[in-house]
Amino acid sequence: MTRPDFSGWLARPPYGSEAQAKDAAMTAAMNELTEWHATQCAPYRRMLTLLGAAGHAARTLDEVPYLPVRLFKEMDLRSVDAQAVFKTLSSSGTTGQQVSRIHLDRDNAAMQTRVLGRLVGDALGHKRLPMLVIDSPAVLKDRQAFSARGAGILGFSVFGLDRSFALDADMRIDLPAIEAFLQRHAGRPLLVFGFTYMIWAHFLQALRERGLCLPLADGVLLHGGGWKKLAAQAVDAAEFRRVVQQCTGMTRVVNYYGMVEQTGSIAIECEQGRLHVSDFSDLIVRDPVDFHPLGVGQVGLIETLSVLPLSYPGHALLTEDMGRIDGIDDCPCGRRGKTFTITGRLPKAELRGCSDTYERAA
Amino acid sequence: MNALLERPPAPAAPALPLTVRAGGPLQTLDRRPMAPFAAPVLDFLSALSHDLLASPDARRHPDIATFAFWCRRGHLQPMAEAWARGPARVGRGLVLHIAPGNVPVNFAFSLAFGMLAGNANIVRVAEVERAQTTVLCAALQRRFADPRHAVVAARNRVVQYARDDTVTAALSAQAAARVLWGGDRTIAHLRSLPAPPRCVDVAFADRYSLAMLDARAVNEAGSQALADLVRGFFHDAYLQDQDACSSPQLVVWQGEPAACAQARQRFWPALDALLEREYALAPIHAVDKLVQLCRAAAALPQAQSSVRHGNRIHRVQLQSLPAGIEQHRGHAGFFFEVDTTGFEPLAGVVDARLQTLTTFGLDRQALARRVVELGLTGIDRIVPVGQALAIGLVWDGHDLVSTLSRIVEVP
Repeated sequence: MTRPDFSGWLARPPYGSEAQAKDAAMTAAMNELTEWHATQCAPYRRMLTLLGAAGHAARTLDEVPYLPVRLFKEMDLRSVDAQAVFKTLSSSGTTGQQVSRIHLDRDNAAMQTRVLGRLVGDALGHKRLPMLVIDSPAVLKDRQAFSARGAGILGFSVFGLDRSFALDADMRIDLPAIEAFLQRHAGRPLLVFGFTYMIWAHFLQALRERGLCLPLADGVLLHGGGWKKLAAQAVDAAEFRRVVQQCTGMTRVVNYYGMVEQTGSIAIECEQGRLHVSDFSDLIVRDPVDFHPLGVGQVGLIETLSVLPLSYPGHALLTEDMGRIDGIDDCPCGRRGKTFTITGRLPKAELRGCSDTYERAA
Repeated sequence: MNALLERPPAPAAPALPLTVRAGGPLQTLDRRPMAPFAAPVLDFLSALSHDLLASPDARRHPDIATFAFWCRRGHLQPMAEAWARGPARVGRGLVLHIAPGNVPVNFAFSLAFGMLAGNANIVRVAEVERAQTTVLCAALQRRFADPRHAVVAARNRVVQYARDDTVTAALSAQAAARVLWGGDRTIAHLRSLPAPPRCVDVAFADRYSLAMLDARAVNEAGSQALADLVRGFFHDAYLQDQDACSSPQLVVWQGEPAACAQARQRFWPALDALLEREYALAPIHAVDKLVQLCRAAAALPQAQSSVRHGNRIHRVQLQSLPAGIEQHRGHAGFFFEVDTTGFEPLAGVVDARLQTLTTFGLDRQALARRVVELGLTGIDRIVPVGQALAIGLVWDGHDLVSTLSRIVEVP
């Protein structure tokens, strides 16, 4: 089978399709991808067999066979030869946790960048802006295995000019670097980028402790990476925005939802504060117990679909995030597609069984 | 009368950083052994059984009820009489138990086994407190405080401490026997902590269990017999989310293919109907099972298909039994199944990791004879479906009263 090619989709507006056409196009694309990965990736083919999904096409999007995203933490799944792997992305697990390994070939990586460019351009404008990264340059050191943070920073860097880092190697606020950056670009619009928790813990807290307010009112803050740690500290989006404005003067704060397993086809918050699914991806909410698809407004387990994964079978993934679809083709911002809210993570279960005991570090 | 018997308990090591959950300070522990099934121990366990069965906790926790029922005098007395007919025996002394965290009542069983074999006991319960731990420690403590049970109270402690090798090493150094529960790595690690030269270790490591069902018996079972079978299987597999070592992971159907197919059509939907009424599947387990299915697909070429019953049951059909099947565990209702005729296909893949064989419609004595005749390294228990979790004084192939006591031989 020839490799599917969705680069033609780049010519169309990224939020242009209305629901019915989007469903049909996405279902066809998913079937093509399922078949592609089945021919290219033997373990994936075996999974389709056991899932009872081998050899027949999905009639609707929710029939597309999906893999649990956690599988990429356990297994190296590739749909290209090992020699064709150009870079391997890994999720940012804390020490000791298993991390995902996502193998990209050149075409897949390039397509990720192009789609990301379309989506970020739509949200922030197509002009490249001076970019301040709220992270440490040390995150980019290991070029062999990019962490999700490193990959994210590099991925978004293509939209910035004069990329500068606001934190030093020890994750402390680097005021001289920030001042130099601001002097170089005084009075110009700026792109400020980072991961939600890092921004909160290492940037905003440091500014608050010192009673500092940075003159970043001309900046737009683009941030993503999950709310789990902030939710644990009872910080929600409104509080986050409030502190951002208080410490930096920035009023434009744009959140995005994405994962290393589907880099590129992220969902970006619009001016109305809604996360938008673009034409390059889709989202299904499933009942967390029996996985049947749920309707608008119902909270369940999030499945994400993306046309980008070609070098690994990650086009349809069941995440462990909970959320709901808020609307379809009805956002006042004018973008078509689904809008959604992430409500949290699937709770971990208590273990039963007899092999815990003296446990886990022995 | 005898000065030797009157000596105070041996002085213990300096105070260790641990919490005593039941019993007095460690320094006051009396390590002197007694005869197995000594009257004070039977009296104590009988009183404990009575307390627990009378409390609302037993209704809340079926596993506590099972333990309490096991400890009742009517159950232990006949065993005491059987042991009394054997040679003179006495406990080994102090037994250190490192209890499992995830089958919460097993610490109490481990303690009872040590007591019944005639020993003084220190039981370390896992750091993560479970509701059953709290209930059982409180019940033990109440009876320890009762002067009628002073002899037992003096000899037993339940302790809790963070994973700490200094503490475990200090306790190990005094142990005449150690009962170690845990994963393979944990067991290897605990065994590396020095113990006295005569110390006996009983290790309950990770095990793998299976069910063997006779297809014809399932097909011919009346509705009540089928309901009992299904409930028994539910108990074995789902009560501990399939994480107990004795919970079945593999279902071996005995019979011709057509009979096996028919039996599967009777058995699994009946189980699913019961699960739908009585089992609340945690969403994370639904995802876990999808992960397991994908893992099995990639790792087991023998897996040819799967059937899912609303995420409550995942079952994977194997064309044949692969060697190393014990590496593939299920969780929260994930099973492998295979059709066989005769015991030999199974015997070919039995590994030392295999523990419990639960059966339906099969001659268990004949199966036990085959295990011996074929010289298999695994299968320690053959019990009817429904009895997989019924722990007792013989467990994992060990006779714990024998192992934790010594014979005073008079040839």
